[in-house]
Amino acid sequence: MGSLELRNIRKSFGAQEVLKGIDLQVKDGEFVIFVGPSGCGKSTLLRSIAGLEDVTSGTVLINGEDVTVAPPAKRGIAMVFQTYALYPHLSVRDNMALGLKQAGTPTDEINTRVAAATEMLSLEPYLKRRPAELSGGQRQRVAIGRALVREPELFLFDEPLSNLDAALRVQTRVEIARLHRQLGATMIYVTHDQVEAMTLADRIVVLNGGVIEQIGSPMELYNRPANLFVAGFIGSPQMNFIEAARIGETGATIGIRPEHLSVSPTEGRFRGKVIHAEHLGADTNLYLETETAGLVTVRLFGEHRYAADDIVHATPDPAKIHRFDESGRAITA
Amino acid sequence: MSKARQSTLRTSLVHVALIAYTLVALFPVFLTIINSFKSKQAIFGQPLRLPGPSTFSLIGYETVLKQGDFVTYFQNSTIVTVVSIFLVLLFGAMAAFALAEYRFRGNTLMGLYLAIGIMIPIRLGTVALLQGMVATGLVNTLTALILVYTAQGLPLAVFILSEFMRTVSDDLKNAGRIDGLSEYAIFFRLVLPLVRPAMATVAVFTMIPIWNDLWFPLILAPSESTKTVTLGAQLFIGQFVTNWNAVLAALSLAIFPVLILYVIFSRQLIRGITSGAVK
Repeated sequence: MGSLELRNIRKSFGAQEVLKGIDLQVKDGEFVIFVGPSGCGKSTLLRSIAGLEDVTSGTVLINGEDVTVAPPAKRGIAMVFQTYALYPHLSVRDNMALGLKQAGTPTDEINTRVAAATEMLSLEPYLKRRPAELSGGQRQRVAIGRALVREPELFLFDEPLSNLDAALRVQTRVEIARLHRQLGATMIYVTHDQVEAMTLADRIVVLNGGVIEQIGSPMELYNRPANLFVAGFIGSPQMNFIEAARIGETGATIGIRPEHLSVSPTEGRFRGKVIHAEHLGADTNLYLETETAGLVTVRLFGEHRYAADDIVHATPDPAKIHRFDESGRAITA
Repeated sequence: MSKARQSTLRTSLVHVALIAYTLVALFPVFLTIINSFKSKQAIFGQPLRLPGPSTFSLIGYETVLKQGDFVTYFQNSTIVTVVSIFLVLLFGAMAAFALAEYRFRGNTLMGLYLAIGIMIPIRLGTVALLQGMVATGLVNTLTALILVYTAQGLPLAVFILSEFMRTVSDDLKNAGRIDGLSEYAIFFRLVLPLVRPAMATVAVFTMIPIWNDLWFPLILAPSESTKTVTLGAQLFIGQFVTNWNAVLAALSLAIFPVLILYVIFSRQLIRGITSGAVK
């Protein structure tokens, strides 16, 4: 299938530099997710890989071949868009077949490939319909089917689930994971949703302001965030950041994930008042106004009977404390 | 529309206004057609009467079909109109696509330059146009008319179509690029089918002034073999005597080709006009 290598990719729109030197290697069959806040350059990076944007400098290699100036169709890629981008005047079948027809693929071959994709995505009943007659989830499946029939080296997904409702999003997420296992294809996926990133990725690339903050497996990012940005971005509810001096710790900032704090009504390290409690069934989130550490979020597993205005004590698990220096980088012990 | 927003009074007021406007718009056409079937005395005696047994006469139509070569005139008008519409739509859409799709230096200026033609009437340049046609030997050819009408129709076409083309999603065009479509294929196979309603709108707005024009046929192509219908009908308007039967008959006949073209475009046209308002 396909590997991808990016060497010092830079991209400017006028005077504004959007990508500031991106280096990345993606191995054959890997599922890599670009994640970051809006405007961090993740979509621009994906479009540069696709060839829809020309990079200002740097090199894009797909399967070891320099494709920096190759047109999108010659890069061996397929892309799935957030807005589905189906051809509205063509039937589902023709939507999937257009690219192959354009490439001059023999009709038999087109039929075989479309049939295989249709089978894999259970699209048989819809082949003759127009996109307007399909629901959002079905449209996105057609868009994925259109990518499949190209049998690309590299699948590119640009926020494919963002336009779907919550239930469908989970369902399609599972479907994409299954496809990845089934095809063993290399996939690059852009999202701003960290849950998608954590659940799907082999490796996550966290982008911020046009630079890569950290690359790692979901659990590496969770357990060993390289800096304050990654620590705050991965994990929900967000990690608590406390000025180290306030609580007598070393380093500049202390980070504790809400799930690594325990709560007791009687004794503990940070005494505080519950200002809001969220009961989610499986989890209970408490927002505490503490005397020493300021505002602290605590995530408890299961149901708990805390309510607003209760006085409680929160204690961090000492093994799970993250320390950061003045520049925001993690201090590794 | 929901029941709550509908009131019988409001709906009927709207309909009264629309019907009144329709009557005002159709009255001259109606008058032309009924009078074309009447004898000369009846046209002046009772211009508003329908043709009766005593006043019915086909003399106008007989004159038109005998005198002058109206089949040729119709043919000329049709060729000029259809070819001009085709060229306006083709070049207008291409220019609009370039303006809407590509970022290049001077894009906005180019758009403004192309749109200026909407405000400056092409007739101001008649003398220069005539000199140009004389120099190139195009006087008394249909080509001269087609060239002028294409130039006349382009500004509005570019203006309307570029607005519509901006609404075609970028993702769609990018999907086409990934599927290996060339920029021409994207234009012809993805974008044009999607802006078809706008194309029909432009076609109608372009067609009517061309079909009805008297000015340029009179100046650039007044020869017998290149006359258009509108110019041909002038044959019956004299300085002292005007053959009203023939004029009215010629005008009635001239309505039909344009009506047929309009019906072809109109289904698309309605979608074009309302597509911005109704999502």
